[in-house]
Amino acid sequence: MTETLGKDLLGLEPLSSEQILLILDTAEPFKEISERAIKKVPALRGSTIVNLFFESSTRTRISFEFAEKRLSADTVNVAATGSSVLKGETLVDTARNLEAMRIDMVVIRHGASGAAQFLAERIESNVINAGDGTHEHPTQGLLDLLTLRDHFGDLAGRRVCICGDVLHSRVARSNIWGLQKLGVEVAVCGPRSLLPNAIDEFGVKVFNRIEEAIEWADALNVLRLQLERMTSGYIPSSREYNRVFGVTRERLDRAPRDILIMHPGPMNRGVEIDSDVADGPHSIILDQVTNGVAVRMAVLYLLAGGKPELAEAAKGGSERRPSGPKMTEAA
Amino acid sequence: MADGLYFVLMPARTTEQKTVLSERAVERTLKRMANEIVELNDGTADLIIVGIQRRGVQLATRIVALIEETEGVEVPQGSLDITLYRDDLQSIGPRPVVGRTSLPGDIEGTNVVIVDDVLYTGRTVRAALDELADFGRPARIALAVLVDRGGRELPIHADIVGKQIDVEPGSRVDVMLEETDGKTAVVVVPPPDEDEP
Repeated sequence: MTETLGKDLLGLEPLSSEQILLILDTAEPFKEISERAIKKVPALRGSTIVNLFFESSTRTRISFEFAEKRLSADTVNVAATGSSVLKGETLVDTARNLEAMRIDMVVIRHGASGAAQFLAERIESNVINAGDGTHEHPTQGLLDLLTLRDHFGDLAGRRVCICGDVLHSRVARSNIWGLQKLGVEVAVCGPRSLLPNAIDEFGVKVFNRIEEAIEWADALNVLRLQLERMTSGYIPSSREYNRVFGVTRERLDRAPRDILIMHPGPMNRGVEIDSDVADGPHSIILDQVTNGVAVRMAVLYLLAGGKPELAEAAKGGSERRPSGPKMTEAA
Repeated sequence: MADGLYFVLMPARTTEQKTVLSERAVERTLKRMANEIVELNDGTADLIIVGIQRRGVQLATRIVALIEETEGVEVPQGSLDITLYRDDLQSIGPRPVVGRTSLPGDIEGTNVVIVDDVLYTGRTVRAALDELADFGRPARIALAVLVDRGGRELPIHADIVGKQIDVEPGSRVDVMLEETDGKTAVVVVPPPDEDEP
């Protein structure tokens, strides 16, 4: 009941399963807000949130922006291009200058692993990691969990295989940690060159053939194959990748059970996933996008009350009424 | 300080909770409230009963069933969770559990009756009115509460009151319902022990 998130959301690895469930449970009622004619509640009215995106992003940035606006927060978007970052300003200086303008939260996407934590340790505002290098992308992990939970109910004992470029994927890391904390059996599948050398330390199953993964799994999370991986020699060609590791209709037809198909986007149709799979009946890719807004609203809402001094104030009796065991004291 | 002194002089202060409505009394009261709702609305046309999470929702369900018994009409029912409309998020932090808001269709031009268990400061009702306004413009909104304990901080009053009681600040009024608490009663709980010497 008194579970909180603390000041920042930097990744799923440091969270307890209770904290993850708190976010997912809080996200449930937020889904409904996006279905209303007036898609807005006043919960974060007066809060100022800066979306600091040092890497390009469409889905995540827009999803965060919708989440912020639907909670009535005031938002500012800062992209690396067109800002002082190009003039050589450091990350900390940029953030401190923003903080001097009295902001409340920073949503940061950065190419360097650990950038979100680096920032969180140096500024007072809440920091939300929207993807840092190859480290974590916690809100993507959370929306994947929420989407799977929508379809499976209880997640414990389910089997999820993460397919593709696990080595470079922050989505894969957030997924592995989040899924395991909720009792899901996790596997990875991809060319050896795109799996981390220390993959065994994650405690996941490893499949070298996509057919084996499809036979085993209840759901596949198909990662994007970044095209620049070919020029750097990780795989021979995208056509060969599709032939060996592509999630195709033919392969899914041989699955012993109905498999849910997820993809964090943006998709390379015909490379890691075929169009008739992406648009097929087992695809829950657009559910992921819808849930992304609800999950981000939940995170923003929970962090807004998670500042240590606020928690202290709450304990110190600024509340007029003693809080009883039941919330019967409706005013 | 004055409170502390008072308590020192009153060593035998009772901490026992007092039942203000028994199970039978709650049933009787709700029956009267259901009748008053129909009377106030001059029938059941365009009527919507909206409970405030959580116990207001249970009370609304009971009232809808009672109206069906007497009028033979099933009145549309909705629920409101006002957590995201509270005015104290910034000072006390979020309520971890946000409930569900669902209204039965368009509320434009309808007669909405908000149902809650206890009316105290009026802030919950203020939030509920704000939330309803985001869904549409009812022709009229009325408020029905099982218990009015006084202590208003806003200019809000209930149209239909189950029981009016005077409770000192610091005391708690607990509404317990079979559906959520295993038994039905309304009790007044005095301030917790640590306030005492």
